[in-house]
Amino acid sequence: MTLRSTIALIMGFGALGAAAPARAQDSTRGVRIGLTYAPGTKPGVVVAPVGGPFGDSLQAIIQRDLDFGDRVLVVPAPGVVTMAAPGGAVPNYGLLARLGAAALVQLVPDGGGHYTITVHDVGAARPIESREVTLPPGAPAHLWRYAVHGISDEIEKTISGTLGMAQTQVAFVKGGRVWVTDSDGAVTVAVSDGSALSPSWHPSGRQIAWAALTDAGTRIQVKDISTGKLRAVNATPGGLNITPAFTPDGASIVYAHGQEDGTDLWIASASDDAPARRLTVGRGSDNTSPTLSPDGRRIAFTSGRSGRPEVYISDVDGTNVELLTDFAFDEQNYRAGPDWSPDGRAIAFATRMGGQFQVATISLRDRVVKVLTSDGKNEDPSWAPDGRHLVFTSNRTGTQELFVVDVESGRIRQLTHERGARLAAWSPRFGAVK
Amino acid sequence: MRLKFSHPVQTFAAAAVLTAMLAACSSPPKTAPVPAGAPTTATPTGAAASTADSAALARAQHDAAARDSAARVAAAREAAARKTRDDSIAAVRLLASKTVAELRQTLLATVYFDYDKSDVRDDTRAAIELKLPILAANPRLRVRIQGHTDERGSDEYNLALGQRRAATIKRYFTDHGVDESRVEIVSFGRERPASAGDDDAARAKNRRAEFEILSGAEALMAPK
Repeated sequence: MTLRSTIALIMGFGALGAAAPARAQDSTRGVRIGLTYAPGTKPGVVVAPVGGPFGDSLQAIIQRDLDFGDRVLVVPAPGVVTMAAPGGAVPNYGLLARLGAAALVQLVPDGGGHYTITVHDVGAARPIESREVTLPPGAPAHLWRYAVHGISDEIEKTISGTLGMAQTQVAFVKGGRVWVTDSDGAVTVAVSDGSALSPSWHPSGRQIAWAALTDAGTRIQVKDISTGKLRAVNATPGGLNITPAFTPDGASIVYAHGQEDGTDLWIASASDDAPARRLTVGRGSDNTSPTLSPDGRRIAFTSGRSGRPEVYISDVDGTNVELLTDFAFDEQNYRAGPDWSPDGRAIAFATRMGGQFQVATISLRDRVVKVLTSDGKNEDPSWAPDGRHLVFTSNRTGTQELFVVDVESGRIRQLTHERGARLAAWSPRFGAVK
Repeated sequence: MRLKFSHPVQTFAAAAVLTAMLAACSSPPKTAPVPAGAPTTATPTGAAASTADSAALARAQHDAAARDSAARVAAAREAAARKTRDDSIAAVRLLASKTVAELRQTLLATVYFDYDKSDVRDDTRAAIELKLPILAANPRLRVRIQGHTDERGSDEYNLALGQRRAATIKRYFTDHGVDESRVEIVSFGRERPASAGDDDAARAKNRRAEFEILSGAEALMAPK
């Protein structure tokens, strides 16, 4: 069974400038035949050595993407010679099964950047899906790498049933500027010039908002990543304007604005200078770092209204405020930087425990708190679009770097090696929203 | 909690402001102190005469208490005014002999804060008050106050804390007659530390308000 695949252009991917990325995507999809592996375990996957130019890179990128996805167990591939069963092109399923593989991924170059990708069910000893993809020229440049991440995500979907998140990006702050790096941290590009903080993605992935810091004050700016156009939000001129967050429809920006009597959350148009509306009634307290529920109806934020900073939750119009993080972690309570999960079920935040910030999640159904870190100072979590991974800032290596935690297994990996990266924001899936 | 955070400057001029407020509403006082043991209300079973006596007694006590209260308030007000006047005279006297460079230094002297606090510390109040006569003697002077924090806490929330610190000093100025339009405020949170270290001494240096002259300092005049 062979499915013709097309390469879809994802307009939102613009950290490279004008170049548009490619993503391996099915134009049609046949009936999926599930992989056979023991329930409750991660299926072992062998990515076969890939021939042709940059075959080693292809294999390595896909192996790493699958590993970072945390849904499969990547098994080191045996040599090309032992991969095929004696006397033919059929894979040596018996050997692969003994190595612990439930699936085999093969990429066969057809020339001109065309590849035939086949996923085999090792237990059933047969291929279950095959497709043809075309990678953009310029390997191993960024655009090419990015297209490979898209292939990894599709392979992960074939094997685990869930689309991967390799073809996403993380925005962060380093040295006062906003940068964007790929989900594997391989390619990092600056997107802001001046001093900027708290990047936040538009749901389309086409724009990033941040707080620009100048000698005269802070203001919200929005950069269109594909055109490079920069726009300032002037709805609340002067004073403090920080921590922007787009509403899920992309039409508005919620941010913290303060003058002389406290800082409240305001909502302004993301595209024009229509007057802003105040959301929170902080009565002189500080309210910052908003995050919206995926349905756009609720908002969580940091507030010092009861003294020390805590995470509160309210309707998006600022009514029905309730304390969310009502939990005795420590006498020196300080909870901040909430981020609402893409599935709407949990909120990640940083909480001070024993004088040190740790990243935690709180379930909105039963308010169960799960602390995910313990090593060093860990803060400012941001959800990946898969709702399973969080990127956060940690000083565990001595400098601030970004790390990724799989909230299901607790596995943590280092994303950046920048010596001073913080305030990360994981992108949405590009092209998921217009 | 709200007083603590949003109106911390009120403590500085507590005497002056409070006495003014009390004077404004002290005749008649709404809750006059009543001597202990005195009947405060007529007993329900009492005769008409005794009720009248009680009422007269209560009225007399009330008036006496009001007089006492008014006298105390007046004395307190006078003392506070005297202290403010003396402090002001002392400050002017101190500043009158200063050179332009010294005046500038006094005006721009950094003010420090306690951890996670934005109220004025007792030991920094004098430094802030010394700036007032300079602002008064130079009405064209415009300044910008920068609020800063140490590196602890949330980077984002610290920007709000820095804003609050700058706002505290601004309110101190405007409460003392400096026109609102002459003072801008800005927060840098933890983004522009004065000291790079992360020990207690460095943190104490970073929790601060810095002052910047925007305009009107071409010919800085000493207060007279």
